Amino acid sequence: MRDRAVIIVALACFLVVLSTPVWYARAAGVTAKAPELKRPATEKACVMPVAYMRASHMDLLMTWRDDVVRRNARTWVSPDGKTFTKSLTGTCLRCHANKAEFCDRCHAYSNVTPYCWDCHVDPALIQRSGP
Amino acid sequence: MFEKAVTGGRRYWAWVSGLLVVMGLALLAYLRQLDVGLAVTGLSRDVTWGLYIAQFTFFVGVAASAVMVVLPYYLHDYKAFGRITILGEFLAISAVTMCMLFIFVDMGQPRRVLNVMLYPTPHSMMFWDMLSLGGYLALNAVIALVTLGAERKRVAPPRWIKPVIIVSIPWAVSIHTVTAFLYNGLPGRSFWLTAILAPRFLASAFAAGPALLILLCLIMRKLTWFDAGREPVRKLAVIVTYAMLLNVFFIALELFTALYSQIPEHVEHFEYLFLGLGGQAPLVPWMWTSSVLAVASLILLLVPSLRRREPVLAVICVMVFSSLWIDKGLGLIVGGFVPSPFGAVTRYAPTLTEVLIVLGIWALGCLMVTVFYKITLAVREEVAAS
Amino acid sequence: MSISRRGFLGAAAGLSALALAGRSALETQPREPEPGGGTPAAGTRWALVIDPRKCLEAGDCTKCVDVCHTVHNVPAIAEPAHSVKWIWKEPFERTFPSLQTDYPPDDLRDKPVMVLCNHCDNPPCVRVCPTQATWRRDDGIVMMDWHRCIGCRYCMAACPYGSRSFNWKDPRPSLVQTTPDFPTRSKGVVEKCTLCEERLAKGQPLACVAACPAKALVFGNLADPASEVRSLLRSRFTIRRKPELGTRPAIYYIV
Repeated sequence: MRDRAVIIVALACFLVVLSTPVWYARAAGVTAKAPELKRPATEKACVMPVAYMRASHMDLLMTWRDDVVRRNARTWVSPDGKTFTKSLTGTCLRCHANKAEFCDRCHAYSNVTPYCWDCHVDPALIQRSGP
Repeated sequence: MFEKAVTGGRRYWAWVSGLLVVMGLALLAYLRQLDVGLAVTGLSRDVTWGLYIAQFTFFVGVAASAVMVVLPYYLHDYKAFGRITILGEFLAISAVTMCMLFIFVDMGQPRRVLNVMLYPTPHSMMFWDMLSLGGYLALNAVIALVTLGAERKRVAPPRWIKPVIIVSIPWAVSIHTVTAFLYNGLPGRSFWLTAILAPRFLASAFAAGPALLILLCLIMRKLTWFDAGREPVRKLAVIVTYAMLLNVFFIALELFTALYSQIPEHVEHFEYLFLGLGGQAPLVPWMWTSSVLAVASLILLLVPSLRRREPVLAVICVMVFSSLWIDKGLGLIVGGFVPSPFGAVTRYAPTLTEVLIVLGIWALGCLMVTVFYKITLAVREEVAAS
Repeated sequence: MSISRRGFLGAAAGLSALALAGRSALETQPREPEPGGGTPAAGTRWALVIDPRKCLEAGDCTKCVDVCHTVHNVPAIAEPAHSVKWIWKEPFERTFPSLQTDYPPDDLRDKPVMVLCNHCDNPPCVRVCPTQATWRRDDGIVMMDWHRCIGCRYCMAACPYGSRSFNWKDPRPSLVQTTPDFPTRSKGVVEKCTLCEERLAKGQPLACVAACPAKALVFGNLADPASEVRSLLRSRFTIRRKPELGTRPAIYYIV
């Protein structure tokens, strides 16, 4: 049992390392409070019900992506019968014009970095900075 | 069995840590490539594949060459190879792993590499190459582990392994054939559009791989208690002789077809490699070195009394290996891209980043061979002691 | 000859069918029915007829290049090794190496012609792509899916026309201006001309065709005998690049 001290110290170190995310988040001031999202002022309904969009907008975007690029099928009919053009920047961002306070804020909160924006352009940024 | 790899003398650990340092440097270089993109390499829109893909091609050959010990032992019951077949198989495992890494580091979007399996595309030769390389790796891993495990327990290997070994023989031929098909079927690339490419790949593989195996056997005799024996080394030398003879013959056929027909798009590539084109001749010294080494080593190999003297044989093997490394690991890929479809002669020289990454993969291959061979020797030592 | 060739192509098609079967087995996501869009009407085969002489009349004009590269966010990279091009000029003799004439007509000798993706009927790039990131649409457009490309550059090795460009680095810093309706590309993917498929979908003309002041580029449907491209092909002598390779390009040049 002479190793007891070593074992306890090692265990303590292990627990500290294991809990890194918790205290790191504390130090960085991250809270579990859901972010405030800037919703579009003009439109009330999305292309799909809000609950679906909240959980599965990425699946819908993937379907749209493949439809447009691979199947040349560009029109979307929402459950309430409205038609939309399948376009991230043209349709989604037209209503959700404030990408920073809608998309980015929630993505930052959930710690995901979708690579959509590596290529797709936020039109608001172009207008602001000018050509 | 793997615990045997973590016990060793000072020399062993110095070698292993040296390799780890090189791998570490390569990792840093790769992180830079991942961050900036393939712009850190010497590749360009005209020469889109370079050192990575060339090294891949060369090591597919080294991997396939395991068949040159497996076939005589298992099909012809050539007993002298009994002690070294597993060395050939472990060499194949290491070489295939290197090949996969060479492909991986060449990808522009490595995160998406699994798309090849997600969207299987039988009309792409790359799909088949992935299947054949993956299958070959699995086959050799199973065969090596099962036979070594049986050796350790002093029992005969299970009977089901025999058919697996038999399958691995044509499979070895397939990996290099499919790799040749990668380049072979491209309509605009005359340098590769030649039916002799796959046979030439196989011939050069069966020369370079056994040459490396001979060198490894000689090194092991120097550094360890293990002696493969004179007989298998001599037989391997005969295999290298025949394979090298075929390889040089095949290259001669290539040269004749291109140079006698004088079709410009066939001649130009050889011109670029051996004489220089459009005032550019970066590969000329390399290609001539390769050719001189090939012919010289072949002449030496053809004299039995020289071939049988092991110090001479060691030199010959280094010559064969270097000659073929230049031919396949440099000339073959770059030569296919120059001149470009618009006739442009674009210079390609690997950058430091590219060379570091290649060295890192080489180091990993060396480490794998070291560890595998160490385990094998430890198992045999254990068996001999009891 | 034709029978054996058909049999051979049939075997190739069989392999492709195998690929499609694998693909659909993996694809389980349900999709909504399509009221609009969809595949183009049967009997559409888009093509371009280029008149190099008309183009030369406009002198050093680069309008088609400028417009195409602007609307498609093609970066302007100075070093030739890393340049990205969708449509550009190449010397006449280098564009048609198989013509091998020592005495080309004076008005074309050493003069540039416009080159772009040939949108082949039998594209080698599509054949080699291991992920179907590039494929041939029913209307003949050789499309690219930049989401799927793994950057192996096999298509660049396979293309006999040098029509494909690779993003050796992030293209965004090299954009002169950004068109928000069209994506940029990420580093590590291959790109090329997609025959303005995004404009065709909206019924708009090709950007290069619309921009050409000399009307040197004519776009149309090869499957329609009454189309302008067909009438040009009937009345003028045209050539295609490297016809001996069997790729059957859809870009014709009046000579």
